[in-house]
Parts: sequence; C-alpha cells; structure tokens
Amino acid sequence: MELFIIFISAAIVNNFVLAYFLGICPFIGVSNKTSSAVSMGMATTFVMVITAIVSWLLYNLLLVPYKLEFLQIPSFILVIASLVQFVEMVIKKVSQPLYRALGIFLPLITTNCAILGLALFISMREYTFIQSIVFGVGAGAGFTLALTIMAGIREELELSDVPVSFRGAPITLIVAGILALAFMGFAGMI
Amino acid sequence: MAKHTPLSKEFLKGLWEQNPIFKQVLGMCPTLAVTVSAINGIAMALATTFVLVMASMLISIIRKLIPNQVRIAAYIVIIATFVTIVDLVMKARFPVLSKALGPFIPLIVVNCIILGRQEAFASKNTVFRSILDALGMGSGFFIALITLGGIREIIGSRTFLSYQVLPNAFEPWLIMILPAGAFLTLGLMLGFINMYTDRKKNLEKESLIDQYRNKTKSESAGTVAAQEGI
Repeated sequence: MELFIIFISAAIVNNFVLAYFLGICPFIGVSNKTSSAVSMGMATTFVMVITAIVSWLLYNLLLVPYKLEFLQIPSFILVIASLVQFVEMVIKKVSQPLYRALGIFLPLITTNCAILGLALFISMREYTFIQSIVFGVGAGAGFTLALTIMAGIREELELSDVPVSFRGAPITLIVAGILALAFMGFAGMI
Repeated sequence: MAKHTPLSKEFLKGLWEQNPIFKQVLGMCPTLAVTVSAINGIAMALATTFVLVMASMLISIIRKLIPNQVRIAAYIVIIATFVTIVDLVMKARFPVLSKALGPFIPLIVVNCIILGRQEAFASKNTVFRSILDALGMGSGFFIALITLGGIREIIGSRTFLSYQVLPNAFEPWLIMILPAGAFLTLGLMLGFINMYTDRKKNLEKESLIDQYRNKTKSESAGTVAAQEGI
C-alpha cells in the first residue's frame, strides 16, 4: 500500500514536471510531436529507474558508511553522466531499432534536472531500496504522461491562430500553467 | 573576432540583449520553482551567479589544459565542486533559505545557463572577459528572477520582500504562489517581451523606409528643379 502511494504521488499528485518543475527543458523542447514525446519519456523512465538503483546503492553503501555525504553532488552527477553513456552503448549493441528511436534523446538526458532531482530526493527522503525503485518508475511515468499530454495539445496548437509574439515558448508555458491547474485537482488524493 | 567587442559590451549583453531567461529561454527549472517570493529569487540568483563566475574564471584559466574529448565531464566536475561549496555554506549560514530552496541548490549543477556559458564563452576567451560575461549573465538571471518573484509575491501574498505593499482589501490570488501561477506569469512575460521587441523592430524598419522615401523624394525634386532651371 505504501509503495502504491509512493508511485501515485510521484506520477500524478507531485508530478515532477508540473508540480516540482523538474525537467522543464525537454518538456518545452521535445514536446512538439506525440511520437517523439513518447520516445523521450520512455528513455527518461529507463534512465530514471537505473539511476534510482545505482544512486541508492552509491549513497547507502559508499557515501554514508565512509561519512562522505558532502560528495553527493559531484558523485551523483558523474554517475548519471557515465550511466547515460553506458545505456547508450548497450542499446546500440543490443537493439538497433530502439537505438534509432531513442538515440538523439539519450545525451540530452544527462542535463535533465529530473534525473539528478530524483537521486537527491531518494537520499533526502531516506527511501528504502524497493521504495526507491518504485519512486523511479513513478517519476518516469509522470514525466512521460506530462510530456505526452503536452505534445498532444501542441499538435492542436499548430493549427490554431496564436498571436505572433506568443508563438513557441510563451504559449507552451501558458498551456503548461493550465495543465498544472488541472493536475492540482489530484491534490486531495493523498 | 572577440577582441573587437568592447569590454562593457561583454557585461551588458547579458542584461537584456541575450538575457538567459527572457531571450535564450535557458535554466527554466530553478526560475519557475523558486520564485514564490522575491527573496527566494534573489538567493537563487546570487548562488547561481557565484557558481557561474567561479566556474567561468577557473575554466578560462585552464582552458588550454583540458583535452577536447573530456571537456564536458571536466566542466561538470568543476561546476559540481562550486555548487557543493554553495550548498554547504547555505546550510550552515542560512538554514531557513536553504530549506526553502530545497533540492534546487544542488540542482544548479544541471542549470543549462552555466554549462552553456562554459561551452560557448569561457572555453574560448580570456579570463577577464569570461568573468565579465559570467557577471553579466548572472545579473540578467538576477533581473529575471527578481521580476518574476516580485510579481508573484505582490499579487500572491500582498507583500514584497516581506513588506506589505497592497492593502488588506486586496484579496491575494492564491494561484500566483502555486505552480500554475509560475507557468502563467512567465509565459505572459515572455509573450509581452516578444511583442515589445517585435514592435520596436517594425518601427525601426518603418523609419528606415521613411528615411529612404524622403531621400529619394528630395533627390528627385532636386533633379526636377534643376531641369526646370535649364
């Protein structure tokens, strides 16, 4: 039950994009087409789950026992950067179609604040190992959900008559604001 | 190429012309997240500026020693070091602010403005120019954050820097201090800034056309007069 609450909380109620403002850059940059939004969401979810596992192990088995908590920022970011590289190489070897679908998005994920935010939340909230994995899956699902909804709305926006000055980033932010309002409706769930 | 730009320009371009938030739309995550009140915005902007200036300085000093293939990793390690310094100092000296900003102080590491300036400027320019550029970009970020934080704080909780500025009769708009308010305010601000620059550009274009017309008119008038004289 507790795991379920963590999942729903990360995916919907405290959505990473719309409530915590993590991962806004890809949210604005990649949400043009539904297909690329889904690919980006899947790639991010994949990296998030692995990051949750690795950063939990790193923090609890290495940094805490040796009292090196002050090194958590550099160590997390290095682990994430090398992890993304590693995932890219593995996908390239194992599945060419998947690599073609995710390829360009993978390097972008390194500078996605949602990933580092996830690692920091896990150490801040002192989740257990299983909770961390569930949290990673939930955060990834929430990110994919927000990105896909946004891409769907933006495809419709292309056809509508937006004032010239508001095209691009401004109208995207305003739409995101309305989306965030809608997501606030879930606030009472937990 | 870089040598011909005056030094003042390196600083001033960050304030408006290439403002990281309003013009380049970089570093959105901290901008939206921490601007619930003006003071949070100021703290965030100062922390980011410190990291940006220190990292730019160090990287432009050692730019010739970093091998090209590992430069991004090297930048990230340097940035992460300065962010750790800021994080620990904030925790020790300003525990309240540090708590209010939460994970967004460590997240300065992945702020695109900082990595972007290293890649685009500090790795190619001298130390002094890099520091000026970093200060300019930091000040631009500061202006953007304090404007956004100020607007949200005044309308959302009637205060500015914790001093009440609107009368009690004004019902605060709760939405402004919620996530949705951040998106809406920044979206509207960007839109109006675009509108302003577009209008200015059009005016300039029109005045150029007018000048050209007047010039050709007076020239043709002159030739007509000359012909009549003959």
